[in-house]
Amino acid sequence: MDLTLQMFKHLVSDRALKGETVLLNMGPQHPSTHGVLRLLLELDGEIVVNCIPDIGFLHTGIEKNMESKTYEKAAVMTDRLDYLNNIGNNLTYCLAIEKLAGLDVPPRAQTLRVLLAELERIASHLVWLGTHALDLGAMSVFLYCFREREKILDVKEMVSGARMMTTFLRPGGLWRDVPVEFEAAVRKLTEILPGRIDEYESLLTKNPLFLERTRNIGVISPEVALHWGATGPTLRGSGMALDIRKSEPYSGYEQYDFNVPTQTAGDTFARYQVRMQEMRESVSIIKQALNKLPYGPVRSNNRKYVPPPRSELGHSMEAVIHHFKLWTEGFSLPKGSVFAVTESPRGELGCYLESDGGPKPYRVYWRTPSFDNLQILPMLAKGHLVADLVALIGTIDIVLGDVDR
Amino acid sequence: MNELLQPVVQALGERFSAPLVERLDQVSLNVKPEHILEVCHVLRDEFGFERLSAISAVDYWPQLEPRFHVIYQLHSISKNIRLGLRVPVNGSDPCLPTIEGIYPNANWHERETWDMFGIRFEGHSDLRRLLMPEDWIGHPLRKDYPLGYEEVRFSFNPDVDKRKPHPKE
Repeated sequence: MDLTLQMFKHLVSDRALKGETVLLNMGPQHPSTHGVLRLLLELDGEIVVNCIPDIGFLHTGIEKNMESKTYEKAAVMTDRLDYLNNIGNNLTYCLAIEKLAGLDVPPRAQTLRVLLAELERIASHLVWLGTHALDLGAMSVFLYCFREREKILDVKEMVSGARMMTTFLRPGGLWRDVPVEFEAAVRKLTEILPGRIDEYESLLTKNPLFLERTRNIGVISPEVALHWGATGPTLRGSGMALDIRKSEPYSGYEQYDFNVPTQTAGDTFARYQVRMQEMRESVSIIKQALNKLPYGPVRSNNRKYVPPPRSELGHSMEAVIHHFKLWTEGFSLPKGSVFAVTESPRGELGCYLESDGGPKPYRVYWRTPSFDNLQILPMLAKGHLVADLVALIGTIDIVLGDVDR
Repeated sequence: MNELLQPVVQALGERFSAPLVERLDQVSLNVKPEHILEVCHVLRDEFGFERLSAISAVDYWPQLEPRFHVIYQLHSISKNIRLGLRVPVNGSDPCLPTIEGIYPNANWHERETWDMFGIRFEGHSDLRRLLMPEDWIGHPLRKDYPLGYEEVRFSFNPDVDKRKPHPKE
């Protein structure tokens, strides 16, 4: 099918139809779109008149695929949604299942979940900071950020064997306990990270070039941000203190002492400050979690949902039956639906799970933060230069795997 | 149920005869399709549900009346409560009014629902496909749409074979 101007004429201004403004295609293979995002731009000289995002280039049909897998197998797909927040996606999915099944999670598993989710949040913000600064022309920040991110990925590799797609969190707890070296490795990270975050700040926060490119760029009022569904740092940069970890605590977040950083300016620099502060808060949460990490099992003992450990299979017939049943048919959830939400590094991540009583999910829907945050881009971009558009895509911190699912 | 949700559910139940579906901490109301616009207006202006979290749908094929349930997730930040709305939609020419005028971010959510389920939203400003290519045929998340592969044939029983998913010609 040929694309014609007729298809877009309700989205562009009349001047485009008369030929006074230029329609320019940006992406999907453009390095500053952080993936495969296509933007149709209407330009008056260098000024953006209209910006029409076109998404779906990374659509992988994860929701449809999950419907054909058992609950345990479908967990593998959740890592692939937002590839910078694998632990957080696992957590949301597990919370939905645990809510529906009424499954208890042991305290050690809950604390480790929080700890890993916060490590993941720092890693995700480091990728954002590195690429955002790279877009604005600061190459060295990118290299420093990825140096620290590598350390966090090493911790993930240590616990699960995989650096990104871990599927470490499972319904009812964790896949297995963390190794003995884990505690020392994370403690070392919490010692070096605050100093490193200071280093990034010394490179950017008072850098006149960076300030010039971010201050008063893409200002968004709290009302507009709220009505267009923005969440996470994009909303908190405009002065709304919405954080799911505080308002609807899950996995024991109510036991930790942390602040929700906000800024009132609502511009690109405010969102930068919010994320930098969030990294410091995450380090503090990790320290608290590490200090109170209890001993005990990391998976629920409910054998109707959680397979028995290998050691039991040799001497217990019941364990063998459960093992066989769980790895062939899988477990069934009671009929019903549930909507579980968590705070991902990008905002409110929701998982709507509906069960028809069978061993496979009847419907899984992912409410992803990047999807809603990206809807604001046309409003942010209006009236700015094309060069600033690059900063704006960076500031809403989209992950295209999260947008397109 | 949360004591802040109680008056909301009661008021809506009386005004729109919307029955309550409650499961664990998940509260949702069954709303008739003709009431959805008004219910959203009342929820935003009178009960402080400032933001729409998500719109999605579930397909109950082969059941045809209603075939779909469109699900709205609303969130009130000031009261810290969430409410789900379930709207039944019939299988022949599924159609609902758009709530874009009340919650602007419904725009993409409704486009996605149209793309994935083929549910039209009357009065939508830009109802094009969102995730699939413009010339795609069919609506992938419908239950009668195959996953796109041919299953290994374990049975020569034609009745069993008929139930298995096969790609369309």
